[in-house]
Amino acid sequence: MSVNSATTSAFSARDYKSDVKPVWCPGCGDYTVLSAIGKALAELALAPEEVAVISGIGCSSRIPAYLNTYGFHGVHGRSTALATGLKLSRPDLTVLVTGGDGDGFSIGGNHFLHACRRNVDLTYIVMDNRVYGMTKGQPSPTTEPDWDSALSPGGTGLRPFNPLVIALASGANFIARGFSGDPNGTAKLITEAIQTPGFSFVEVLSPCVTFRPDQRDWKKIVRPAPVDPTEDIGQAARRLMTDDGFNLGVLYSGKRKPYALTKHEVTSDMTNLEQQFAI
Amino acid sequence: MNTRIDIGSVADLLAHVKAMETEAMEGYQDLAEQMEVHHNSETADLFRKMAHVESLHVKKVLERAEGVDLPHIPPWEYKWVDGEAPEAVSNEQTHYLMTPYHALQLALRAETRALDFFTQIVAQCEPGDIRDLASELRDEEQEHVELIKTWLAKLPEPDDGWDEDPDPPMLQE
Repeated sequence: MSVNSATTSAFSARDYKSDVKPVWCPGCGDYTVLSAIGKALAELALAPEEVAVISGIGCSSRIPAYLNTYGFHGVHGRSTALATGLKLSRPDLTVLVTGGDGDGFSIGGNHFLHACRRNVDLTYIVMDNRVYGMTKGQPSPTTEPDWDSALSPGGTGLRPFNPLVIALASGANFIARGFSGDPNGTAKLITEAIQTPGFSFVEVLSPCVTFRPDQRDWKKIVRPAPVDPTEDIGQAARRLMTDDGFNLGVLYSGKRKPYALTKHEVTSDMTNLEQQFAI
Repeated sequence: MNTRIDIGSVADLLAHVKAMETEAMEGYQDLAEQMEVHHNSETADLFRKMAHVESLHVKKVLERAEGVDLPHIPPWEYKWVDGEAPEAVSNEQTHYLMTPYHALQLALRAETRALDFFTQIVAQCEPGDIRDLASELRDEEQEHVELIKTWLAKLPEPDDGWDEDPDPPMLQE
């Protein structure tokens, strides 16, 4: 699928920036993801009031405060559940979900699976730095088993969670991986994710320079995936199962119809809700 | 560098220059904010100055482009050699304790990349309007490189251990 951006846009990436200054560590990859989101929204010519950004808890989950779209900084791990409710009640809004690997895959692991399964039209951007940065550097579900640190001497020895494989198996309709060191490439992926109906999952490798300074080397390791996007789920599965975690690009783009409420399902208003509880 | 930079018209080149200078200005503004948040006012001031200088460059490009219908180019379709605007400052090499010296090193890297960009266009272009404009821009970037080198020479090189913080904001315990 090619990206259809506006031939001209009334907005620039700066138009989505709020007056709140980010408190991330200088050098953090999340800065460029924030910028990439602004670029994508500008390319799609979406007015700030047409967009809602929902997050959970963690460094990257602070993003809604730094944007002047609608935003909700929600409960830890529950961002996709919140966003699902919002999108179903306000299908006119473009709903983005942002967060980190701990929020999305550990605390919110269950919600992640079911958000993929439900395939509501959301774009979920996970800034994966393989560490809990906000709470000072504990290993997260995506941390390498041999990552040796003060809080995990000798490493955890645990097999990392593979979010892209899980997303595919659970029914996500669009799966991509970006890198914060490539903000324009990431902007393109986010644009395409928003344009693709259904649940779009974009993992962005976003180094934590404070607790994972070794991740500065990611710039030398990442590379464009040597294959074209596929809509064949079997091919995508084989691709993702053998992936080393550093291939960038759209790795799966399906045709699954997104879930949406039909009109007859929305029958309650506040009046009849109150009647149901009347004694 | 052997990658070919295909610039199709003067309007196309001006659109690239506008994007490049805008990204540079916004990048310096962001870095200034980051340093302010981390109470590094000396380096924040320098980034603010750089942002101001770049804002003048943006203004100059817009004046030059007056009456020209600039094409809309999505960020990922600019003809940058490595995907990023050459004059955009890298966020990756920043540190909350960085000094003005480090900040100018970042600026020098950005200006040098811009100089290389225009030098490459000049080398690859046939004589004509595009090449004339690219030559002019190359000469301007050469001046910027020299200015920053002069500025940098006036600053003391930071001591080893400039990034050591006896009371770090985050510490594993």
